[in-house]
Amino acid sequence: MKLLKLVPDHTNIHFLKWRVPFYLGSLLLIAASWGLVMTRGLNLGVDFVGGQMVRVTFERSAEAPVGVLRDEVTKLGYGEPILQRFGKPNEVSIRMKLPAGADKDPSLSDKMARTITAAVKANHADARIDGVDSVSGKVSKELGWSAFYALGLAAIFVAAYIWVRFEWQFGVGALLSLVHDVSLTLGMFALTQLEFDLNIVAALLTLIGYSLNDTIVVYDRIRENLKKYRKMPIPELLDLSVNETLARTIVTSLSMLITLVALLLLGPAVIFGFTAAITLGIFIGTYSSIYMAAPILIWLKVSSKSFVPGEADSPAKA
Amino acid sequence: MLDFPRWKVIFLWLITIVAAASALPSVVDVAGYRWPAGIPEPKVNLGLDLAGGSHLMLEADPAQVRTQRIEGMEESVRNKLRQMSQPVRISDISNNNGALSFLVDDPGKIDAVREAVLPLTNGAGLTGKRDWTISVVDGNRFVLAPTQEGIDQAVSQAMETAVEVVRKRIDALGTKEPTIIRSGSNRIVVQVPGLQDPQALKNLLGQTAKLEFKLVDQNANPTDVAQGIAPPGDEIVPFAEAKAGAPAAKLAVKRLGGIRGDELTNATLSNDPQTNAATVSITFNTDGGAKFAKLTAANVGKPFAIILDGKVLSAPNIHEAILGGSAAISGNFTTDSASQLAISLRSGALPVDLKVVEERTVGPDLGADSIRKGMIAMGVGTLALAVFILVTYGRFGVYACCALVLNVFMILGIMGLIGTTLTLPGIAGFVLTIGAAVDANVLIYERIREERHRGRRVVQAVEVGYKEATRAIFDANFTNIIAAVLMGWFGSGPVKGFAVVLIIGIATSVFTAVVMTRMWVAQWLRRARPADLHL
Repeated sequence: MKLLKLVPDHTNIHFLKWRVPFYLGSLLLIAASWGLVMTRGLNLGVDFVGGQMVRVTFERSAEAPVGVLRDEVTKLGYGEPILQRFGKPNEVSIRMKLPAGADKDPSLSDKMARTITAAVKANHADARIDGVDSVSGKVSKELGWSAFYALGLAAIFVAAYIWVRFEWQFGVGALLSLVHDVSLTLGMFALTQLEFDLNIVAALLTLIGYSLNDTIVVYDRIRENLKKYRKMPIPELLDLSVNETLARTIVTSLSMLITLVALLLLGPAVIFGFTAAITLGIFIGTYSSIYMAAPILIWLKVSSKSFVPGEADSPAKA
Repeated sequence: MLDFPRWKVIFLWLITIVAAASALPSVVDVAGYRWPAGIPEPKVNLGLDLAGGSHLMLEADPAQVRTQRIEGMEESVRNKLRQMSQPVRISDISNNNGALSFLVDDPGKIDAVREAVLPLTNGAGLTGKRDWTISVVDGNRFVLAPTQEGIDQAVSQAMETAVEVVRKRIDALGTKEPTIIRSGSNRIVVQVPGLQDPQALKNLLGQTAKLEFKLVDQNANPTDVAQGIAPPGDEIVPFAEAKAGAPAAKLAVKRLGGIRGDELTNATLSNDPQTNAATVSITFNTDGGAKFAKLTAANVGKPFAIILDGKVLSAPNIHEAILGGSAAISGNFTTDSASQLAISLRSGALPVDLKVVEERTVGPDLGADSIRKGMIAMGVGTLALAVFILVTYGRFGVYACCALVLNVFMILGIMGLIGTTLTLPGIAGFVLTIGAAVDANVLIYERIREERHRGRRVVQAVEVGYKEATRAIFDANFTNIIAAVLMGWFGSGPVKGFAVVLIIGIATSVFTAVVMTRMWVAQWLRRARPADLHL
């Protein structure tokens, strides 16, 4: 039986020939993503802005009656709800701000939840209440900050690890491709207005670990080649390394994407956003391992000297 | 590298089999069968988001603890100074800007007072600081301020007690397997699987159940009381429910000299024999009974207020001394609220008020639905991945697939053994780990291919392939661990569950994908002695 080869054995694609336009393009995309996050904003869930979210499934309807529901909830006098479908069209979440004074007296938010769920159940016989989340303003602020810290720390620790294992230029490259991957994923969330909650932060953290897998493989090969071909010009050496590891990069990303797409299409609707974030991030990460992580090494002037014992200012790794 | 002595083979298989076999109870459970009794049953717990149930985060206010400590100190100081061989008179005792301050009438007694008060303070924490600072200002004014260390310690103790009280109350509700843990310095997280309507639970935990008996000040000026102005030595307490037509919705009571209702041995729901209204019967312990007898005996004919959580339930006249150590409390109770109060009193008062700051409820159908879909996605994903790996790597793909299946069982098994919780994102973590586990094999096999192209002989190519690829595999997995550990630190509940699955999965996948496949490949090489690799 002939084995499948997605990538021919000896590719010689000049990836880095286009490094400047690609780099500019990537930087532009990062800027655009942040622009989107600033202007359109993220669709922050109750985890981060506080409030109350009621999830309802309409078991015998093809589609949740969003318009009717909005009117019904608005009539209850707690203000305008944010209604959002998630997963299947008959699943909907109703988000409310907590009533004034709820921070002092939690029974006010209880009362609101009861009023809303009772009204939904009374008006729609097939409504199934799948869950109620209630997060106070104080807690949501803390959650936001700890999410921010966790993401920042993870990126810094990972980059520091790469620095220790390789060289500082590699650490910078890793950090840059992380910024790229996370920014673009955030931009996607701003664009699609998928709900951004705690789970998405977990997805971004996962991404920080996994989107670097390809980068590390390429870096590992660059280091090896730097020791092997001391006289080779750096752009050529990087091209060689990327080509040599191309099959790996493609196959590993594909194997992760296969399982992730299965989860995206068939998995639980509640974690759709979560899975989408990881899937997208892995995809972007593959690109960034070639076009973000590698070219920066040229500009940061990586050379064979960094890894040759005796000549280097830091000891070489095995 | 390819040398596997017999002991090593046995050892590796032993680890694998023990870990994988531990997954069986979980698998049997998900499949809907019962695990036979008598055999150890390490099972993966389902998180609230999968099993359905309620999650509550309760918070105490440290400012309240501070106030309580100052009130407690006031009483201690008064008692102490009264019991001195030459009692010292003090005046203008007040809670001023978060500190207790009082005047010593005779400036010559300053040192004596200091001597007396000092033993009332204690060391706090490990820094050698004390829980109160004592200072004298303006010559004869004592200021006792609680230190941050002292407050922290008091909050910590209060939370410990609160957790116990919360546990007792939830147990009294008869719910199964609640999780009650402290979170941070002043929070408690309560998770009750299967509980769909947390209202009763919230009512129960929201009730501090601090019961007090205090004498009513009959000399207080009613207009002052109505305006909330307390005569010296009194405090104004509102009625729990404003009675229609009653002029005073507030009552002035003596601040000191009352009894706290925490010295009870029992509290039960009962009925008033005359009106048949719901009441709560309480029984004091010996100490509390004696105090209660003393208070009632000394104040026959006067009214005393029964105060619950800062609200007057009723203020009956004391007809006669109550010596039996038991009493019945009446108020505007329904049977439910009376039995709830009985539970609360039995479990003891909460040392601080607890407020719900976060609440999540998940319906049971959603969880079941999620598990089913997660399983399907995992099955389909694994199958598609297996096909992809098989057509890409042939015989080596078979090894990778075997490693994959082992990996799934080992993750489940280890999760069961250490008793972790599977959450909804955890299912995603599972699927992700499966995809990532194959990565290691891909790296190794591609390297072997490469080494063959460079002209290395079969055994050598395999050996170099494993050796060279392992470095990148290690680095990549280490960065994953860094991210996962931070996630575990940052996340709560579901997110933590995801992080745990990732960490376990990273460890087992390196084991199965690197160590186990290397053993299989080595055994095959020795047995078949292939001249070429079909890779």
